[in-house]
Amino acid sequence: MKFNLINRKILTLLKVQYSNMLEYRVEIALWAISGIIPFFMLNIWTNNNLNESINISDVLLSRYFLSAFFVRQFSVVWVVFSFEEDSLMGKVSPYLIQPLNPFFRYFAQHLAEQITRFPFALIIAFFFFIFNPESIWIPNLGILLLSIVSTFLSFLIQFLIQSIVACLCFWTEKASSIERLLFIPTLFLSGLLAPVVSFPSYVKSWIYLTPFPYLIDFPANLLSGNETNISVGLSMQILWIFLLFPLFKKIWSEGTKKYTAMGS
Amino acid sequence: MNLRKYLNVYKKFLHTSLASELEYKTNILVDLITALLSLIGSIFLLSIFFQNNGYIGGWKFEQALIIQGIYTILNGITNTWFNPNLTEIVKHIREGTLDFVLLKPIDSQFFISLKKINPSGFLEIMLGFFLLLFCIRINQINLTLSFLTLSLITISCSICILYSLWFFISTTTIWFVKTWNAIEVLRSFLYIGRFPLNSFSFSLRVFFSIFIPIAFITTIPSEVFLGLSQLWKILLEVIVASVFLVTSRKFWLFALKFYSSASS
Repeated sequence: MKFNLINRKILTLLKVQYSNMLEYRVEIALWAISGIIPFFMLNIWTNNNLNESINISDVLLSRYFLSAFFVRQFSVVWVVFSFEEDSLMGKVSPYLIQPLNPFFRYFAQHLAEQITRFPFALIIAFFFFIFNPESIWIPNLGILLLSIVSTFLSFLIQFLIQSIVACLCFWTEKASSIERLLFIPTLFLSGLLAPVVSFPSYVKSWIYLTPFPYLIDFPANLLSGNETNISVGLSMQILWIFLLFPLFKKIWSEGTKKYTAMGS
Repeated sequence: MNLRKYLNVYKKFLHTSLASELEYKTNILVDLITALLSLIGSIFLLSIFFQNNGYIGGWKFEQALIIQGIYTILNGITNTWFNPNLTEIVKHIREGTLDFVLLKPIDSQFFISLKKINPSGFLEIMLGFFLLLFCIRINQINLTLSFLTLSLITISCSICILYSLWFFISTTTIWFVKTWNAIEVLRSFLYIGRFPLNSFSFSLRVFFSIFIPIAFITTIPSEVFLGLSQLWKILLEVIVASVFLVTSRKFWLFALKFYSSASS
């Protein structure tokens, strides 16, 4: 009975958010296009034969960057911006009264957006293959499933980190600047612009202890068939989720206690 | 007389927007750290490209740093003036407050392009300048009068092109209402301004010199710094900049004819 209720809640949330997202198709298409930076990077790498020094062939590198593009498309998180707006406008108060954590609402929003985004990402990939026909590949089903799982885990890590930052809105009002700060290491260390293998050894020695390489580099390597340690990668992703989730719960309960609605 | 009026108005703009931005002091501090980290990140990325190669697209590391410096200055200018103002246009149009702007006895383009200022971009501009000074030292560039005037001319042309691109996209809001994401697309395209144009493949080079003239924005000023630029390129940049400025002005006036306020 209770299970049924939860199921219905999830379905309704997803349905509402999906139809909401479909309203903004053009917008989401533009978001998808704005994620093409990995392809520019690929162009620099192959055009200057930089990949020879890191022992990755042209084809594998182009697959890597295409996979990085895909992983990024399905792990983009913007919860802090939504939450900041809602909290500045006083919309959080009605959400708090409902018997549902408002972050479920945002979570459903993200999932719905990913579903809407999927066809656009496919179209971009299609164009990519027209220009680079030699890099077409079909990963086997097991790898494909594993990389979908690891992309989802990467999305979860980023969603948790951003939710923690979003909860800082209860204290500082403008938490999005902290998110922009956190975005810088994510951009440069996650493997979106250059595969982590190519990093100098003084960075490689500590980077695998941080969550960053598991956000894009690991799932992209997995999907593109580059060398990577699957079990270590997946367990590190799960470890980070287990570390971040209690932190989020703690900061959420502290924050809601601290929260005072506008006008009170 | 007229100029003095506009100067006076601008002084008032500066005063009010600085006062309101300085309300969020920690925010500014976080933004400063973000700017610093972002510069470190891009130099890190550049060093990865150069770790096994002496040249990228015919540029040495020391020379590519000049591009990085100019990009940082331009990005700082974008964050100080263009970004806060031109995202405001979207708001004006969605909420129908553009009416109030149009009713004022002052040029509407002047008003919406310069109303706001974000002081945290200043640090980025300064960082860029320091990097450029450092580059002038390590590349042993002689500071002559002609060098200074030429680099000033080219950099101001770049600023004009950049402004026109931003303004052009923001103007399309009058028809499409939500162009937030188009601006994100522009941002991701501008990202390639961090690298020498020659490091990209021929087709991308053509695309980025004709359709979106990012080539003109950073590469030509950097060539002036190195004394490599031919006169025709500088002349071309001046022409492109003026064409862009004039077109963006005309486009704004044209678009205003299609503006119908929220209630009509």
